[in-house]
Amino acid sequence: MSHATGIRYLKDGVLPHMWCPGCGIGIMMGAMLRAFEELGYTNRDTVVVTGIGCTGKLDDYLVTNALHTTHGRALAYATGIKAFNPKLNVVAVMGDGDSVTIGGNHFIHAARRNMDLTAIVINNFNYGMTGGQVSGTTPGGRFTSTTAWGNPERDFDICALAQVAGANYVARETPYRGWELKEAIKEGLGRKGFSLVEVFSPCPTHFGKNNEMKETRQMLHWLKEKALPAEEYNRLDKEAAEGFFPVGKLVDRHEPDFNARYEEIRQKAMAAKKG
Amino acid sequence: MRSEAKLMQGNQAIAEGAFYAGARFYAGYPITPSSEIAEECSKRMPLVGGVYMQMEDEIASMGAIIGASLAGAKSFTATSGPGFSLMQENLGLAVMGEVPCVVVDVQRAGPSTGLATKPAQADVMQIRWGRHGDQTLIALCPATVAECFSLTVTAFNFAEKFRVPVIIAPDEVVGHLRENVIIPGPGELEVIERKQPSGAPASYKPFTADADGVAPLAAYGGDYVFHVSSSMHGPEGYSNNEPANATWRVGQLHRKLEMHRDEIVITKTFDADDAEVLFIAFGATTRASRAAALELRKQGVKAGVLQLVTLWPFADREVAKLGGRAKTVVVTEMNYSGQVAGEVRRVLGSGADIRQVNSYNGQIIRPRAILKAVQ
Repeated sequence: MSHATGIRYLKDGVLPHMWCPGCGIGIMMGAMLRAFEELGYTNRDTVVVTGIGCTGKLDDYLVTNALHTTHGRALAYATGIKAFNPKLNVVAVMGDGDSVTIGGNHFIHAARRNMDLTAIVINNFNYGMTGGQVSGTTPGGRFTSTTAWGNPERDFDICALAQVAGANYVARETPYRGWELKEAIKEGLGRKGFSLVEVFSPCPTHFGKNNEMKETRQMLHWLKEKALPAEEYNRLDKEAAEGFFPVGKLVDRHEPDFNARYEEIRQKAMAAKKG
Repeated sequence: MRSEAKLMQGNQAIAEGAFYAGARFYAGYPITPSSEIAEECSKRMPLVGGVYMQMEDEIASMGAIIGASLAGAKSFTATSGPGFSLMQENLGLAVMGEVPCVVVDVQRAGPSTGLATKPAQADVMQIRWGRHGDQTLIALCPATVAECFSLTVTAFNFAEKFRVPVIIAPDEVVGHLRENVIIPGPGELEVIERKQPSGAPASYKPFTADADGVAPLAAYGGDYVFHVSSSMHGPEGYSNNEPANATWRVGQLHRKLEMHRDEIVITKTFDADDAEVLFIAFGATTRASRAAALELRKQGVKAGVLQLVTLWPFADREVAKLGGRAKTVVVTEMNYSGQVAGEVRRVLGSGADIRQVNSYNGQIIRPRAILKAVQ
């Protein structure tokens, strides 16, 4: 069996990409494209929807269908695409600002509706594109260009948010775990209903620089050391778990998705109309 | 099929017009005085194989109808002032990405939450200039329930033909008015579908216009794979920040409407040809202006009405022609600042005798108030 590279989905002549050395977005994009290839996705049946920010630049590298939207609204656009044409593979690729800060409302409602979409979220704990400002996922006490004395706010757990909002599939990975990341994206893409793959990602340029992890290897080391497979993480008590985070599959459900339920209601309406 | 007169509400007629035009996707968020449009769509969309969705807010509604349109749907939403404000950013993407869609703004009295159930015509400038960046679109304004129906069909046709968002802007009076409407049978009114690409899929450029100024638009999922972007983009839809490209791109968004200006700008006149007193009105104030003009005619004054059916692009030539002939021009509108009067003044010049009749307290303008302005 030949090894999937995903290169067939890359536009000619666009590499090297624009992301900073050490950034996780390129690794995520590679994992996503390999997952596309392994699933046999075609350009015509696939729509990649992006928002704004570092992650929002991703569509420019692809030859699939794409829609580059406004900040935080990728899931709203993706919802319209998928609701009207359920046959399409619709993937929304966002950052932490897009998905759960400015766009948090769309995130929880897309999960609640169980839209058959895959949300891939690069969480680099700050706003990279605009110079490293605080985001809804910056941990409390951490430093950013707008929390010079430490972040007084708490951070969102994106995976937990997706879980309580009703997502069918939730996984968290890091660029350090490239194969697992590709597998998680692949499983999320294959799952009916709302799936989320959160990618904890290094941002040495801003978040790392402001938080004593200026070197890429320091950020990767952090992601390597603190990521624990979910079953291992869940065995720890609160004190022992401090500073660690669970990776791997976190939610695994098979609830009917929006399109299936809409069709069911539609059939009832048609029958009632005839009768 | 024989057409029959039906008693219906303006908002209902808008939904009726949307179905006539082939709308198959509605996403919206409830707001007075537009909600009847959503209710009607929620009942009927599933029966015609379409999709109705109530979104989490108007921002999402606007995004969803753009997404659905790019997947091939004739899509629309309906709202009122506060919701329309929330839609502006994504509406800008529809302009930039040249995505056909229709937005109904049933105008109510502001500012802010204002008089939530009362009429106004105070969104005229928000419709035109509510978005950042230099851009343009089409806005139509019905004065009767029959026009609610027919202009909705026109709105979808313009959206599809020119790849542009079209705003339908009734005021609350017209949205909630009940009148008899004859719904034409299928085929009686022209229904336009967006131009599809032909030729090799590999050479499809979603932003390269034909001679008519408009590029064909494929649908996601078909043979033609394409990119649409909110960022400045080249003919293929990929980011392009070159000044020359931006010059072409921004110009193109304006030019395609300028090229078809005469088709897009619709006006109606009532006794306007010899009018010495010309009322310029739109929406519900057209009706009061017409009553005032008829009363003046009885008194021997040559009075007439110019109804602006198309609000944007502005009917400058029509205003110049009829307004230039009249001794007195009276602009009647339900806002304080004279949003249309300002445009009329721009066209006719400050030397013209231009009077304003305004209301901004949620009350409609009555013929008597209009008559006062000319006495």
